[in-house]
Amino acid sequence: MTYIAKPKFHHPGLKKNELGYTHRDYEGKISTLCAGCGHDSITASIIEACYELSIEPHRVAKISGIGCSSKTPDYFLGNSHGFNTVHGRMPSVLTGANLANRDLIYLGVSGDGDSASIGFGQFAHSIRRGVNMTYIVENNGVYGLTKGQFSATADRGSKSKKGVTNTDNAIDLVAIALQLGATFVARSFSGDKTQLVPLIAAAIGHKGASFIDVISPCIAFNNHAGSTKSFDYVREHNDAVNRLDVLVGRDPIAVDYAPGTVQVVEQHDGSKIALRKIDADYDPHDRLGAQTFLARHAAKGQIVTGLLYVDPDAEDLHAHLDTVETPLNTLEADTLCPGSAALDKFNASLR
Amino acid sequence: MKPTDIAAPDYFHKVVDCQWACPAHTPVPEYIRLIAQGRYSDAYMINWKSNVFPGILGRTCDRPCEPACRRGRVEETPVAICRLKRVAADFKDDITLRLPRPSAKNGKRVAFVGGGPASLTVARDLAPLGYHCTVFDGDPQAGGMMRTQIPKFRLPNSVIDEETGYILNLGVDFKGGHRIESMKALLAEKYDAIFVGSGAPRGRELDIPGRKEAAANVHIGIDWLSSVSFGHTDKIGKRVIVLGGGNTAMDCCRTARRLGGEEVKVVVRSGFEEMKASPWEKEDALHEDIPILNFLVPVAFVHDNGKLTGITFQKVKAEYDSKGRRNLVPSGEPDQTIECDDVLVAVGQENAFPWIEQDCGIEFDKWHMPKVDPKTFVSTNPKVFFGGDAAFGPKNIIWAVAQGHDAALSIHKLLSGEDITERPLPEVHVSSQKMGIHEWSYDNDISNDKRYKVPHRDKVIALKDIRTEVELGYDVKLALGEAERCLNCDVQTVFSTSLCIECDACVDICPMDCITFTENGEEADLRQHLKAPSLHPDQDLYVSSDLKTGRVMVKDEDVCLHCGLCAERCPTGAWDMQKYLIEMTHAGSACPTKSRSAA
Repeated sequence: MTYIAKPKFHHPGLKKNELGYTHRDYEGKISTLCAGCGHDSITASIIEACYELSIEPHRVAKISGIGCSSKTPDYFLGNSHGFNTVHGRMPSVLTGANLANRDLIYLGVSGDGDSASIGFGQFAHSIRRGVNMTYIVENNGVYGLTKGQFSATADRGSKSKKGVTNTDNAIDLVAIALQLGATFVARSFSGDKTQLVPLIAAAIGHKGASFIDVISPCIAFNNHAGSTKSFDYVREHNDAVNRLDVLVGRDPIAVDYAPGTVQVVEQHDGSKIALRKIDADYDPHDRLGAQTFLARHAAKGQIVTGLLYVDPDAEDLHAHLDTVETPLNTLEADTLCPGSAALDKFNASLR
Repeated sequence: MKPTDIAAPDYFHKVVDCQWACPAHTPVPEYIRLIAQGRYSDAYMINWKSNVFPGILGRTCDRPCEPACRRGRVEETPVAICRLKRVAADFKDDITLRLPRPSAKNGKRVAFVGGGPASLTVARDLAPLGYHCTVFDGDPQAGGMMRTQIPKFRLPNSVIDEETGYILNLGVDFKGGHRIESMKALLAEKYDAIFVGSGAPRGRELDIPGRKEAAANVHIGIDWLSSVSFGHTDKIGKRVIVLGGGNTAMDCCRTARRLGGEEVKVVVRSGFEEMKASPWEKEDALHEDIPILNFLVPVAFVHDNGKLTGITFQKVKAEYDSKGRRNLVPSGEPDQTIECDDVLVAVGQENAFPWIEQDCGIEFDKWHMPKVDPKTFVSTNPKVFFGGDAAFGPKNIIWAVAQGHDAALSIHKLLSGEDITERPLPEVHVSSQKMGIHEWSYDNDISNDKRYKVPHRDKVIALKDIRTEVELGYDVKLALGEAERCLNCDVQTVFSTSLCIECDACVDICPMDCITFTENGEEADLRQHLKAPSLHPDQDLYVSSDLKTGRVMVKDEDVCLHCGLCAERCPTGAWDMQKYLIEMTHAGSACPTKSRSAA
């Protein structure tokens, strides 16, 4: 663990975003995770995405559960709201927070243990309800904090550091998210920021349940030969279906790709995603097709990455429930308690 | 780009900007760390070995290291390297036992013309090797311009006595009050080698109307300063004008303030910014209520029947031609006359060698300067060497020291029958600083402190006595604070390609965004693809060989804080923090050959 604080000095030529912040302004405390942990790269990618989107830190709520992954919100967005919940309960707390104040950007940060084991049900229901959030699973396939037991996402047949073979079937969170109706589903790799940063940025811009499964090698317990979540294995078996650029803000859209290879997806917040196809047959608007594609490639041992499914016209939980648009904490007393005349009228409508 | 050859001694030497910029290549971070540890004597000895006059230079150096200091690229101000050197001198214990002993003579005799910093450096290097060194100087005491031209309120005699004493006690024969008047006569005395370190002793004249008539009140700056130094001059008129914008002018005006000058003004031809004087010397003058008037060219001394009454100046302005060269052209405003009682002319210094006869085998160039080899410092007479101001015109003490070391090496090689053009490589000691998983044997926590000011004596007291030192120097606490600002640039980030698993941990943690993993390319192209823009192309890129993914690691050395976080966050030890202690090879040291390893 690093004992010193990260020096305050930054590169004098660092660019600033629209708010006048550098990416350093989106950092949190120095990481206490093992040196080389993939989670730290995801942290850096979240920082980069928020910087690029010029997000005001006070507009973000980062919510996590328990585990190495769930510690990471301490390491980014040091000026944002945060809630470190009980194990596996991040989705419920996030859902509650989102219902109380829909104006914030919700970042749910979880791990494979937190989301695929103890919090599997919570995960499923928050996706199923279409909570407007960016749900990131930092997926390393092991329980790192308890020294490397297989987690529920570890592939059948993969080996632990001690050489034990995993005999259980793996839960593919991407497949589950697709099946449960997530309206933005992606998979990426902590060691590939050029893919991961725009995915996070696009997910933040998506109104609805966004889910990103990020393979993140556990340097201490799951980066050996026989692991299917190691740097080497993921690099060898990574099958990216597309690459994307997120176009936001004042910058004019200037996409200089060959025609037909780029698909522009417009999001609710006005941002645009330019998708560069790598696999010509892949259609990210076809949920069923995505599920089949995923299953077919998984059978071949390939790790499909990229933006796998997006529904640009998605609705979220607030639309389903027809809730009030104002955050509850800013509703005035006369709105919350409109008086007996209003109550009488309401009661009359039910008679 | 090709992978960086970190075994080349210059590569990491350049990263230690201060040491690279220092003409004598003093290992600055090494001595600053020792100061932080309270090991003042050790810090002093590192300086003494490298720059010979730590106490003197710690007060007077022109500090080429400070503008180079990496800290100045990271925040506003560099580390106060010069004044930390003084701290080592101020707080050291008695170091005489650590000095070399006078050794048995080897029978070779070397004569020195002038007893200033250049000569004394050569003598310091040669005397312990057994050479019989005889130093001739016209003045009664050793030190040269350090003693005669630098005012005592900046550099007390006690410091000069101490540090010249260390050298003379090595068995050097000092002949004070013995001015060499003839090179021919000196050559006839059959010395094995002669070193000329006679400085640039002549102050430049200002030949404008009225100069002769007003001569009684027009003084040449350096002559006047040495006259003050020896106590021959102890007063000056109330209204004094100092002409010139260099450090000598600053010494003149501040000296005049202490000898009765109440209205002392410095007048310069150029703009204030372009003045040659060091910024801190200008500051000190301004602090002593001495205005600096710029863009005024003196055209005539005004006098009343031979009694100086003032100087007439033409007003000028700066114009730049298409090549960016500056010309001072009349501004068209009427001339200005400034009244005064005395004038100090400090418009430059010149070399003068009237004592070197034409048939000594020493050739001179068209500027009447001796033809001297810039590496070996030998003249066209293979036994006669030049160094310091005498070799290449007026510079600073630290240059004289650096040239002295090189000349001493040449003389030693010559008298050992070796080829003087073959120069030894520096000595490099490499040691990993890793102590534990995240522990280093240097303090890698970066201080956010701003530069500490050196306490000054109260102006009223300081101006009363010309021998009262103005700067009080850092106390131990301030010195520690300032020492902590040093970024330890000699503790290098060393990268092992074979260990890297490309996990990005170093990229993510680096506070300065120095590290980039990217496709290789030409340097200009790579500089376009760095994580943070490349601001100083003169700062090297450290490039690895090809990694597993086919990419390379590129580190822009420019603003690296040497905080070691890349190495702390590296899971495989691909980054290590290794101290590169680089020391110049002086006369008599074992000469490292090219085959010796640097990494």
